[in-house]
Amino acid sequence: MKAVAGSTGMAGEAALEQQIVLEFRGGDSAAFESLFRRYQRDVFRWILRIVRDHAIAEDLTIETFFRIHRACERFDATREFAPWARRIATRAALDWMRAQRPEHGMPDDFFAAVPSPSAADPVVSGEVRHHVAAALALLPPKLRIAAVLALIEERPQKEIADALGITVAAVKLRVFRATRKLRSHLEQQGITP
Amino acid sequence: MNTRETDRLKMLLQTALPPTRDADPERDPVPSRDLWPEIRLRIAGDAPSPSHAIPWFDWVLAGGVAVVAVAFPAAVPLFLYYL
Repeated sequence: MKAVAGSTGMAGEAALEQQIVLEFRGGDSAAFESLFRRYQRDVFRWILRIVRDHAIAEDLTIETFFRIHRACERFDATREFAPWARRIATRAALDWMRAQRPEHGMPDDFFAAVPSPSAADPVVSGEVRHHVAAALALLPPKLRIAAVLALIEERPQKEIADALGITVAAVKLRVFRATRKLRSHLEQQGITP
Repeated sequence: MNTRETDRLKMLLQTALPPTRDADPERDPVPSRDLWPEIRLRIAGDAPSPSHAIPWFDWVLAGGVAVVAVAFPAAVPLFLYYL
């Protein structure tokens, strides 16, 4: 009985979301705010995974929803909103990365921005962490996003592919190239992974 | 590069730069402020007002054409011919 009620609730929720999405497509600002309230956390967290800086992630969340608003007519209402929003968020993060100079590719508090300090391995010295972050910052933005999401965050390849608007095979290729470059950069710093 | 080397690199990356999923759930990252007012401002700033939607010189040009059409009706077919 509970399962039925649960599935009915989920169906109702899906129908409500479908309705909101349709109204959003029609340019309804209240529907847009409703979507923002529902998805802002997801979008913010997704961007934070990539840029690892709260302030930048907040700015890029604003940019993402601004782009979503501009593109509302292009949204296919038969598809899910979240992956579409994630793709726009990824594009916004990518544009931000491209605008940074390579040596400033990572924010100063890159290490402390997201994880709890205790999550970092104390055996890995600050110097090694600095070299790893620097090696990551030297990667081209497209490879860096793929490396961060696949190697550090361990997101599913399909999810990364959807967010980047590429195939799973292309994600694998980018991760492979990123891995090779990272290894080369680290070896130049005397770090052998 | 084989799988083992990739795994070692992944481990180094994750120990140096811990993934967000390892963060304390109680410190679930959320925006520090309400972003909605800024989004509204951004959207309002982007929307062209009706008076600015069409450049002023287009209005001047249209006005000029209208004046010529009224003052010299015979010029209209000639004007249309050259359009």
